[in-house]
Amino acid sequence: MLKLTPLNAKHHEAHAKLVDFSGWEMPIHYGSQIEEHHTVRRDAGMFDVSHMLAVDIKGEGVRAFLRRLVANNVDKLQTTGRALYTCMLHEGGGVIDDLIVYFVSESWFRLVVNAGCADKDLAWMSEQCEKFAPGLVITPRRDLAMVAVQGPQAATKLWAAMPGTRELAEAMKPFHAVVVGEMFVARTGYTGEDGFEIMVPNKAAPFFWQALLEAGVQPCGLGARDTLRLEAGMNLYGQDMDEGVTPFDAGLAWTVDLASERDFIGRDALLRLPRSRQLVGLKLLGRGVLRAHQSVFSAQGEGEITSGGFSPTLNGSIALARVPVGVRIGDTVEVDIRGKLSQAAVVKYPFVRNGKALVVSG
Amino acid sequence: MSIPADLKYTKSHEWVRLEADGNVTVGITHHAQELLGDMVFVENPTVGRQLSAGEECAVVESVKAASDVYAPIAGEVVSANGDLEGAPESINQDPYAAWMFKVKPAQASDLDALMDAGAYTAHVESEAH
Repeated sequence: MLKLTPLNAKHHEAHAKLVDFSGWEMPIHYGSQIEEHHTVRRDAGMFDVSHMLAVDIKGEGVRAFLRRLVANNVDKLQTTGRALYTCMLHEGGGVIDDLIVYFVSESWFRLVVNAGCADKDLAWMSEQCEKFAPGLVITPRRDLAMVAVQGPQAATKLWAAMPGTRELAEAMKPFHAVVVGEMFVARTGYTGEDGFEIMVPNKAAPFFWQALLEAGVQPCGLGARDTLRLEAGMNLYGQDMDEGVTPFDAGLAWTVDLASERDFIGRDALLRLPRSRQLVGLKLLGRGVLRAHQSVFSAQGEGEITSGGFSPTLNGSIALARVPVGVRIGDTVEVDIRGKLSQAAVVKYPFVRNGKALVVSG
Repeated sequence: MSIPADLKYTKSHEWVRLEADGNVTVGITHHAQELLGDMVFVENPTVGRQLSAGEECAVVESVKAASDVYAPIAGEVVSANGDLEGAPESINQDPYAAWMFKVKPAQASDLDALMDAGAYTAHVESEAH
């Protein structure tokens, strides 16, 4: 039996094509994935991301606990509402999950974790909490729905849908959140565009969704979410990294703080393990489509595409690939596409940001 | 779902139209494009290639996945629709107008083995369960 979000009826109403995503019945698209992708780059789209889980950690000493629990340093969070992207590692340095930590107060931090990882994350956090901070209370917030409103017109259309939020939204800096009554509004996202991720009580979610529809926000499915995040060069857990991969193998060195003396879980392994692999961007030069798990051949050895697909913005195929250290931007590599070798250029990613292509297309 | 009555069909969701000159035109069905989603890439067989029935001979790739297209009957490829290269989305817009390639059948009678619209409708319904 698939789990349903509070917005499930709205998706059926809109004749979405629904699929099983990590045990949840979720919309893959509402007609055309490519149209939805362009709408987010040019206007505003919304995604039901209620399958993701908000987890509140409350009590005295939350910050100290999180200093140990995650690889990025929560001491970077000094202003109320500030958000931090981080990986949560096991002792061996592999990635249990990637998540966002919001600093609400010294006695309340909120984490948002992936749907497919939610159960193991909760088990892991509880285990660590018992060991290091038994006084803290960890609460999974399945009572909250989550909607991502993304695109250059996201702010304007959000104001229209929620009277009274204009000043709020205008005052909000990127990567910050505010608590508004029962709502939690964050200026974050997974598309490379301006936008918001808004948590509302389950019961209010269909009304909120309807108000956004009436404000002209296009419902978008997980299909467009995937091509948008790929263009934005953002990792997808389970594809670009997992428990067998360190943040260094996954292009996430920028999220690991080794500068401080802080002893976080996985630190020793990260210092000990050789760094032999890296994540790079690929742009296909030949014909076809790059896909996950295709083999990549470089002068430095073999690698693998972790995420690949068609980029609607660039009108060509792009990928993230894990390749040996030594492969450089500007190199040409070969990719095995269905038994034929095609050339691809190693490029810097993100490929697209704020509606603009950062990689030459064609 | 659109399944024109005047076409023949395969289990692997190609449609086949017998032309006045005896050649057959091949494409993928409305149902096939709906399953695959937005098309982003088409690779057709080269003209002159000899196909055996059921052979993988073309590829369509959507945003979701790559999918093989199979030769509905044996014969020689006499034409390939080059327009699809720059406009793969035309398969989504009108799958029965956006033909992929034309084959000169080795034997005209091979067409009789293909499904008519009624049989194909039943086939699609059976796959849905």
